[in-house]
Amino acid sequence: MDRDFANKLKANRKRLIKDKLVKYSITTGGSLVLVTLLLIFGYLLYVVLPIFAPVSIKEEKEFSYQTDSNVLALALDEQNDVAYKISDDGKISFYSLRSRDLGDLLLEDTMLSEHTAFAQSVAAGHAYLFADAQGQVKIFQADFITTYPDDARLITPNIRYPFGSEKLTIDDQGHAITAASFQFSDSKAAIAVVTDDKRGIFLVLNATQNMMTDEIEWEEQRISLPALPNQVDQILLSPDMKNLFVLSHNDLLVYDVSDTDNIHIKSALPINALDADVTDIQLLTGASSLMVANTNGVISQWFEVLKDNKRTFTFIRDFKAEGKIRTIIPEYFRKVFFTADNKGYLSVFHSTGHTRLLSEKVSDNESMQVAISPRANALLIAENTRLRLFSIDNEHPDITWSTLWQKVWYEGYPKAEYLWQSTSASDSFEAKMSLVPLSFGTIKAAFYAMLFAVPIAISAAIYTGYFMSPSIRSYIKPTVEIMEALPTVILGFLAGLWLAPLIENQLPGIILLLVSLPLSVLAAALAWSTLPKKFKEAIPEGYHPLILIPVLLLVGYGSMSFSGTLELWLFDGNARMYLTNELGINFDQRNSLVVGIAMGFAVIPTIFSIAEDAIFSVPKSLTMGSLALGATPWQTLAKVVILTASPGMFSAIMMGTGRAVGETMIVLMATGNTPIMDWNIFEGMRTLSANIAVEIPESAVGSSHYRVLFLAAFVLFIFTFFFNTVAEFIRQRLREKYSSL
Amino acid sequence: MGKWFKSGTPWIWMTGGAVSLSLIAVIGLVLLIGWRGLSFFWPSTVYEFDMLDEQGQHYNLIGEIYDSETVLKAQLISAGVEGLEDKGETLERYLIKIGNREYVDLDFQWILETIVSGKTVPKDVVVLERTKNGNFYGYIDAILENGQPVAINKTQFASELQKRVIRTTTFKDQEDQLLGSDIGHINYELEKIRLDKRKLALDGLLTEDKIGQFDKQSQRLRDQYLVLEEQLFAYREQAQRDSVQLRDMTGRKVILPISSVLDFHLPNDMTFFAKVQHWFHQVGKFISDDPREANTEGGVFPAIFGTVFMVMLMAVIVTPFGVVAAIYLHEYAGKNNITKFIRIAVINLAGVPSIVYGVFGLGFFVYILGGSIDELFYPQALPSPTFGSPGVLWCALTLAILTLPIVIVSTEEGLSRIPSTLREGSLALGATKSETLWRIIVPMASPAIMTGLILAVARAAGEVAPLMLVGVVKMAPTLPVDGNFPYLHLERKFMHLGFHIYDVGFQSPNVEAARPLVYATSFLLVTVIIGLNLAAIAIRNNLREKYRALEH
Repeated sequence: MDRDFANKLKANRKRLIKDKLVKYSITTGGSLVLVTLLLIFGYLLYVVLPIFAPVSIKEEKEFSYQTDSNVLALALDEQNDVAYKISDDGKISFYSLRSRDLGDLLLEDTMLSEHTAFAQSVAAGHAYLFADAQGQVKIFQADFITTYPDDARLITPNIRYPFGSEKLTIDDQGHAITAASFQFSDSKAAIAVVTDDKRGIFLVLNATQNMMTDEIEWEEQRISLPALPNQVDQILLSPDMKNLFVLSHNDLLVYDVSDTDNIHIKSALPINALDADVTDIQLLTGASSLMVANTNGVISQWFEVLKDNKRTFTFIRDFKAEGKIRTIIPEYFRKVFFTADNKGYLSVFHSTGHTRLLSEKVSDNESMQVAISPRANALLIAENTRLRLFSIDNEHPDITWSTLWQKVWYEGYPKAEYLWQSTSASDSFEAKMSLVPLSFGTIKAAFYAMLFAVPIAISAAIYTGYFMSPSIRSYIKPTVEIMEALPTVILGFLAGLWLAPLIENQLPGIILLLVSLPLSVLAAALAWSTLPKKFKEAIPEGYHPLILIPVLLLVGYGSMSFSGTLELWLFDGNARMYLTNELGINFDQRNSLVVGIAMGFAVIPTIFSIAEDAIFSVPKSLTMGSLALGATPWQTLAKVVILTASPGMFSAIMMGTGRAVGETMIVLMATGNTPIMDWNIFEGMRTLSANIAVEIPESAVGSSHYRVLFLAAFVLFIFTFFFNTVAEFIRQRLREKYSSL
Repeated sequence: MGKWFKSGTPWIWMTGGAVSLSLIAVIGLVLLIGWRGLSFFWPSTVYEFDMLDEQGQHYNLIGEIYDSETVLKAQLISAGVEGLEDKGETLERYLIKIGNREYVDLDFQWILETIVSGKTVPKDVVVLERTKNGNFYGYIDAILENGQPVAINKTQFASELQKRVIRTTTFKDQEDQLLGSDIGHINYELEKIRLDKRKLALDGLLTEDKIGQFDKQSQRLRDQYLVLEEQLFAYREQAQRDSVQLRDMTGRKVILPISSVLDFHLPNDMTFFAKVQHWFHQVGKFISDDPREANTEGGVFPAIFGTVFMVMLMAVIVTPFGVVAAIYLHEYAGKNNITKFIRIAVINLAGVPSIVYGVFGLGFFVYILGGSIDELFYPQALPSPTFGSPGVLWCALTLAILTLPIVIVSTEEGLSRIPSTLREGSLALGATKSETLWRIIVPMASPAIMTGLILAVARAAGEVAPLMLVGVVKMAPTLPVDGNFPYLHLERKFMHLGFHIYDVGFQSPNVEAARPLVYATSFLLVTVIIGLNLAAIAIRNNLREKYRALEH
């Protein structure tokens, strides 16, 4: 007996344990839903956040060297393994940055110990020039040779002389050179110099291949620069060898040197900031933007803008650093530049984004020299006898809140604009990622869809929920709701391949439908009211829609077949041409009207279903009371039912909007997907969702583009989260209200 | 009249009109898709048009009337068409499908009725479906065997061609069988040997002994391959024996090898019964064949298979989670903030745009989860990804999250319909809560779970946007299920009906030719989805009736 009882207890305990286990596992399972939502939210945020991360620099290594000369130039190789400096004693010295032999002098050579001017080519070229008092120059290039002995990367520095190790004569008269600038490519080189007797010489070297020996020979052409000012502070040749900038005190002269037979001054203008003097000019990568540094720490950006069919140098924007700027150091590939000022501050700016990314005191030395590594992940600072290597974390300088949501003035554009153009075939292309045109497109698409859907869905919901007889309601409601199940890819396909050409060809008919359908309903109603009573009573109340179906079909068919005649009367036989030529309205075949109808069609069931529920569940006591007091059915509807159900209808519209905003396939297929900003109903748009679908498969993981697309998804997520939560909240409130009635 | 307006009657009619409009839209849409999709398979009459061009030259066109429209004469005149003065107010314009894509500039041509001077229905015109370049329309002149005409008279052409097409098809089927299954298997094995070898090398376990073993294995496979290859060439040679000599609309002599002919029919020489039979035959081929010519011809079998497979996988994933969450919300959750948050989460999950799930799936499942799986389990295949690239598993997972709310809502509704007396009765008899759940509640709620599942499947089958990011491709070389161990290849990309519609309709080189196929595919998808929805509605209604009975 006891044992039996004990057994039972044991069995019971087992059951209880099982019960508890089930409870916990189900609770865990239930919470997984919440976890999933948080995971989506968190993951999107995790991908998006790095684009807003601030720039940071961290000192990694430093070493000292023996010298009593000043540094003229400083640079690193691509792997940040080797650094070199060029000093004013005419030497180039390579140092190791590797941890195992940090600071070792790898190679040193004297280029020209007596020199009067120094110049460097575009940073990626690692080429430099020393000029002497006899009007001659020596051009040399730092080179890095990568080998893999023992499967480990080894970078060996090397010095090359692209134009031979002998000096090149620039000035035939042998005057000293006071300023120089040069650029070269495989087939062409150009050197501009200013001599101490105020002459400007522009030397062009064209490469020709010797037919016999296959050797490259340089053919010289010497032109003197016209109208050179007396004082020349700096000259700068653009890497494409088309423009030469001459800085004379605070005035800039731009020479057009693209045609050697016609070298002339394109523009001359003062470029200093207010109450300040210019200290340095520098070209950004891509060579269209000129950055001008001033004594008061202002850096201004200038580029050529097409105005009145003429390209003029225009001030675009300015930036502010801490102290008097000594040099501007542009990055190799991005529109980022660094400045070093006399207070020892290092500042980092992004030109297009108009942002100061960082400003940090890195040195007490007034005359520090700064170099950026080609991959922009390291920074080298030379001060007195010390070289310091910093790592930079600056992954996404181009994306800031203001570039995403405000107008940006891109290089070569006539004014600041909202632009989305994420990729292009050319390498020097700057991605333009403004979410404004996409958001605009999303709102436009949703707006036209709602314009189409709300009247129909709400009216239909009112009729179905209030007037319709229950017997047919049980068929009508599921039928309309089945629309919701239709895959949007099918709606998009029909919109793009069936509806869009139909609208294009029968535009007058479609517009006619807008008028003829409501009118025909009224006409049918009037006709019905004049019918004999006997006939009317044969069909019970609440069957209006069924009577109207044939009427609408006939009128619809009539309108469409009248379309051609109408087109002939009103639009000279071609409505599309008429719109474009006479009214100046652009007409795309896949336009907002198509999207509005197709997407409206997709959201009608959502709105209908929720609104109908709200109307149908208005307590009967209310309507009965109203009717009993003598109100007509319509008065009861307008004054009692709609008022009571209005929160529910509102919530339905919110839900519908949420769906329209996130819809992808319809807009992808039924619009041209061009990111334009225009409310014109006959033009297309590009929405956030369609943009994601088109671009994300091709974007590189972790790139700015990839993260911005995630941001677009995050925006959609937050947007619909908001709409759905509000709608659901209203619905809950309404339900409570009804139950209390 | 004023009184009539005041009474509100016209407005009631207007609201009624909105209902009619919605109904017309839904039914019209389904009918449109159905008609366009299904009529494509009907063997339409092929006409021989005698055309008269502006210079007064006669020429022939053979083709099907694909579409026609009525245009106003005045409109044509204003568009610059001449010589219409003596014609009626309205004119017909036909779109003719001419086929013979390699011989004509445009295989679809719009012609105006005025330049047609005559139209005949030749009995002996034949339509050939080919592996390349679409249909061929023309007349049979001779049937050739090894380049020599077979001595038969004209009336026997059709039956002789039929015989030879069947013969050739048999060889081609054998060839496909060999290529797909046997040679495919050898390739698969060879690739596996390569990966195994690499894996051992990575682990530092690759000894001379092992290398020898691997080499022996691959040598054996290569020997097998040589044998099969010989067989393959033999089949090919057999299939190339016959050809057919045809004459097209311009009288050009065309010789087509029968190996390029898939099927043929004489549309003008068919009885109604034969046409019906042909229609069913075509529908069957559409469902069971692989697509050809950049998806613009042929069937959609891989897309059907891919869709069904992915949706089934998704159902397996979503059901337990959805049901457990619903049971938690309805049976266990207290009235506290967590529950409130979970409910908000469910509603929001239902409202999040599907593309956002796609983005999440791509970033989280494919790159993070898949990338980690690759590093842990498939290091030998790197850098080419195994699970770290879009695939059917990730699609199923993504859609499982997307459809989770549907299952939860539906199941919870089912749970709430079970009268509490039943629960209380069970508890009063001494059953624990879990026992009550397992024995009473879940079995009773199973139709509701079923409903939720069906709705989820219907939703998943029609969803395309997220799949474009996480695993659908326009053309998958292999199905996710095949005869190679482990039989299920969840990492593979797959084809999907919805994406097929998007791809063929919008990315294909010949939209006009592909359009009917898109309608047919759409109709297939719509039928499946509406069917599933109707089934769900039926189950739900049935369930409601049942519980209504229980309550009294």
